[in-house]
Amino acid sequence: MTSIDDSRIAGVQDPSVQIHAAPETPQGYGSMKRKEDARFVRGRGHYVDDIVLPGMLHGAVLRSPLAHARIVSIDTSAAEAHPKVHAVITGETLAGLGLAWMPTLSYDTQAVLATDKVRFQGQEVAFVVADDKYSARDALALIDVEYEPLTPVIDAKTALDRGSPVVRDDKEGKTDNHIFDWESGDSAATDKVFAEAEAAEDQVVVTADVLYPRVHPAPLETCGALADMDPVTGKLTLWTTTQAPHAHRTLYAMVAGLPEHKIRVVSPDIGGGFGNKVGIYPGYVCAIVASIVTGKPVKWMEDRSENLMSTSFARDYHMRGEVAVTKDGRIRAVRVDVLADHGAFNATAQPTKFPAGFFGVFTGSYDLEAAHCAVTGVYTNKASGGVAYACSFRITEAVYLIERLVDIVAHDLEMDPAELRMKNLLHADQFPYQSATGWVYDSGDYPHTLQVALDKAGYQELRAEQAERRRRHEAGERVDLLGIGLSFFTEAVGAGPRREMDILGLGMADGADLRVHPTGKAVLGISAQTQGQGHETTFAQIVAAELGMSPDDIEVVHGDTDLTPFGLGTYGSRSTPVSGAATAMVARKVRERARIVAAAMLEVSADDLEWNDGRWQVAGDPEASKTIAEIALAAHSSLELPEGVEGHLDASCVYNPPNLTYPCGAYVAVVDVDPRTGTVNVRRFIAVDDCGVRINPMIVEGQVHGGLADGVGMALMQGIAFDLDGNCLGGSMMDYLLPTSLECPSWELGETVTPSPHHPIGAKGIGESATVGSPPAIVNAVVDALGPYGVRHADMPLTPAAVWSAAQGRPLRTDLAIT
Amino acid sequence: MQVPAQFAYEKATSVDDAIELLARHGPESLIVAGGHSLIPMMKLRLAEPSTLIDINGLTDLDYIRVEGDQVRLGAMTRHATVLESAVVREHFPILPDAERTIADPLVRNRGTVGGSLCQADPSEDLSAAFSALRADVVIRGAEGQRVVPVREFHHGPYETAVAHGELLIEVRVPIRTRTGSAYQKVERRAGDWAVASAGSVVSLDGDTVAEAGIGLTAVGASHFVAAEAEDALRGRPATDEAFTEAGRIAAEHCAPSADQRGPVDYKRALVAELVARTLQRATARARGEA
Ligand SMILES: Cc1cc2nc3c(=O)[nH]c(=O)nc-3n(C[C@H](O)[C@H](O)[C@H](O)COP(=O)(O)OP(=O)(O)OC[C@H]3O[C@@H](n4cnc5c(N)ncnc54)[C@H](O)[C@@H]3O)c2cc1C
Repeated sequence: MTSIDDSRIAGVQDPSVQIHAAPETPQGYGSMKRKEDARFVRGRGHYVDDIVLPGMLHGAVLRSPLAHARIVSIDTSAAEAHPKVHAVITGETLAGLGLAWMPTLSYDTQAVLATDKVRFQGQEVAFVVADDKYSARDALALIDVEYEPLTPVIDAKTALDRGSPVVRDDKEGKTDNHIFDWESGDSAATDKVFAEAEAAEDQVVVTADVLYPRVHPAPLETCGALADMDPVTGKLTLWTTTQAPHAHRTLYAMVAGLPEHKIRVVSPDIGGGFGNKVGIYPGYVCAIVASIVTGKPVKWMEDRSENLMSTSFARDYHMRGEVAVTKDGRIRAVRVDVLADHGAFNATAQPTKFPAGFFGVFTGSYDLEAAHCAVTGVYTNKASGGVAYACSFRITEAVYLIERLVDIVAHDLEMDPAELRMKNLLHADQFPYQSATGWVYDSGDYPHTLQVALDKAGYQELRAEQAERRRRHEAGERVDLLGIGLSFFTEAVGAGPRREMDILGLGMADGADLRVHPTGKAVLGISAQTQGQGHETTFAQIVAAELGMSPDDIEVVHGDTDLTPFGLGTYGSRSTPVSGAATAMVARKVRERARIVAAAMLEVSADDLEWNDGRWQVAGDPEASKTIAEIALAAHSSLELPEGVEGHLDASCVYNPPNLTYPCGAYVAVVDVDPRTGTVNVRRFIAVDDCGVRINPMIVEGQVHGGLADGVGMALMQGIAFDLDGNCLGGSMMDYLLPTSLECPSWELGETVTPSPHHPIGAKGIGESATVGSPPAIVNAVVDALGPYGVRHADMPLTPAAVWSAAQGRPLRTDLAIT
Repeated sequence: MQVPAQFAYEKATSVDDAIELLARHGPESLIVAGGHSLIPMMKLRLAEPSTLIDINGLTDLDYIRVEGDQVRLGAMTRHATVLESAVVREHFPILPDAERTIADPLVRNRGTVGGSLCQADPSEDLSAAFSALRADVVIRGAEGQRVVPVREFHHGPYETAVAHGELLIEVRVPIRTRTGSAYQKVERRAGDWAVASAGSVVSLDGDTVAEAGIGLTAVGASHFVAAEAEDALRGRPATDEAFTEAGRIAAEHCAPSADQRGPVDYKRALVAELVARTLQRATARARGEA
């Protein structure tokens, strides 16, 4: 094969050269309707639970009603005697196969089915396999488990106390609930700045305790799997709700000892993931074991409460932040202490060398002299997880903390929060910028982005209206208070460079392969997996832009490990930064192969050809040109090709990102707060995002809309609290509230475009920006509204009760039951 | 998916048929109306009826009509119908006020007036509204029918005057002159059950409160009523001070419990605020001002 000059395919493509055809189907970038929507709006999506195989059985999981208890005995005889039951699997059954415990993505272990004790309410205890899902559920009631209740560890703040019950006594020699200590930044340099600030007349240290409560991604489709072990071929096919089909296949091979080529993982249409579908759950493993045991396909789909109570939650960070700042508002250093509640098993899903995810970007968008954070992870008797819900590996927590802190500084210094931010934001000429904790931000023009948002919001007019409302409030009128909240976030997405980032040893590079059929239509195989992000459209557009094709002529295949190249999947906003880059690169490879074929067709040297208007042209002779379709036919024909080119245009590649990409954004929330009832109405929300080059602006806006709605949910209503017995208080959608259109204003979006200098098409990823950036804006707005009550901080979720209680000076502790 | 336990199913063809089916299928059989309380409970296996007796075919129980000085609502009248009814809006604006806050359009298209009252959920909204309005309900059984004031209908959470083998068939609401009404609910999100709600009915005699009805939900008020506040208001001038005082009394006498919707002090504060606000609004409506 002729070697291809890499310099021709790397580097940023100038977006202005893209051809914008009719708005319906642009020839490359531009807004177009999502190709996948046709099947979704017609009810033709095909989800795991839609798949029916002949002879298929149904599984159901028996779960622990208690948060912490020793299992004395499990009697399954009555369930086994049920006429429609085929098998009852317990931890003991699994122990016989060496599968009672499985590794987590964070080098811990997790019970598949409990053997010794149960460690959270809703934990998996037994698995029933029956003819239908009704009988499977009926039989659950026939299993008799005797528990000996133990005192649960619920309050993360006391989990490390001496004498606290030990959650993980299964671990040799474990006598406490400590998981890890992790730190980032220069502690000596940071302490030095703080000491100076404490001593200096013109400086202050501002401190705040901030909780990012436990929330749940709550995808509309719950988790499930259909396992089909073919007893003849020994091949396991697993249809499952996964955001990372390839990683799952490899892990099943490693854990269960199944040969990897005999495992096919298929992730069909997925009804939302948000990080909830990154990990491997006990139910998946049970379905596989059940299929092996019964010789039949076995389907398991959890219900809503099972999803909320047992699968990966997100956040649960108790944070103390300190800021050293001059009295005129120059932020010098930030020091952070975090207590991270990881639940009963350390099963967070993030690059393995980052136990606190990317929390290290807590310095935010500001130019600091020094920064340091220390994170301690603890076990409690709650479900495991921590990294999920569009969090960019804990950047949600980091951004929330710094953006709350900046507002608290503004409050304490009596400064305008916009002015304070302007004073400290990084400037365009500081990029690439190495943060105090070592992250290299690629590009941005932060003050400009913030100014665009302030102008769009009409910031000064809003402040004037706020003053007027406060005046009327103080005069005793029953009037809603107005709150204006800002946030400026920097994301770090597209994990990641292989040398630094892996998950259980699997490097985070992604493959792509592109086959161009003789008639010029193409099939792109990617390792990322769409759960609503629109990959089938966006990725087709990337290829289309590179090859001068219509996106309609490119089919994107994903989610099936037998049909797609290896890669780590879709989460952490990594699809466009990594898989999208792989796609652009593989298309450029094809383009370079096409150049050789075109040269043969046009009987010129390849060096005489230029890529113009989506075709290879002889330099100086625009009439002599060939499109990809023409070239593809020739490449499959009997045309004589130069030595070393065998024919066809297909190519594959692997993209190993040189760095993360750093999207940013400036958000303004405008809220009306009724201080007497505590109700909050989000009147306006202005979101100006910079995600670099936008491939399909409509899809980008859709991602932002969804993330903003998530932000409203987290800021105002979502939270999973526990009572001191360990009962989960967010186990249904009556208790765990998702926002509706009535809580969401008509979003006002804007953009600035700073391409990523190292990404092949300058794109940065947008999937999680709004989820990261919006909660602090809303909380800042509510706290701002409560200014007349002297409120400085209140923890999410800001339910009416939380708002009212904060105004009374009795803030609620939102991680525990309200008493 | 959550799936219910096994049950048998019968479709009633008339009220008498339903009563007869209840008798035949015994104490574990249950009426299903809109199903929006019962079916979720069955899916969670909190309810495991042996037989469901479906009364959705009884369209003769789906009506709103004026009879004499009463508006009568059939038990099978859907929330959506109440919300849209011009007759209801004219005489009892408290009902559309309340209906607008009950669940969402999907639930309102199916859920019924009878089912709401019979479910007797302590956070149910129509019970508070009908109590404020001093409505009566008609209950029919094998022995015939009886009329029970709504204020005697609820025997406690999920318990009512309807015995097994009986059906609630109608709600009767008295029309009063120079009367206004209003309802207000605080919820964590649209479609959520109330943190607290209050509904007020004010009948004026000049500028004096001739009669007041105050309903409360989700705050442990007995029979969904703030009786002490009503007593304090009756015969008093209809002023903001009197309404604030009534709110204070209602807050003192209700018995909320703490849950994830809020602590007790907050719920009491809400009662005080919502009672005062709905009294103001009801009075304005009685005066034809709103
Ligand atoms: C998501 C959701 C949110 C909701 N939010 C609210 C809310 O904010 N406020 C509120 O007030 N309600 C709310 N509801 C409840 C809703 O209003 C229900 O429809 C109503 O409570 C029950 O009416 P139904 O017709 O569906 O009754 P069903 O569920 O059919 O029956 C309820 C009970 O009443 C019995 N029953 C029904 N009809 C009769 C009859 N004629 N005679 C004797 N017994 C009878 C049944 O046997 C059963 O025990 C909500 C429901 C849902 C699903």
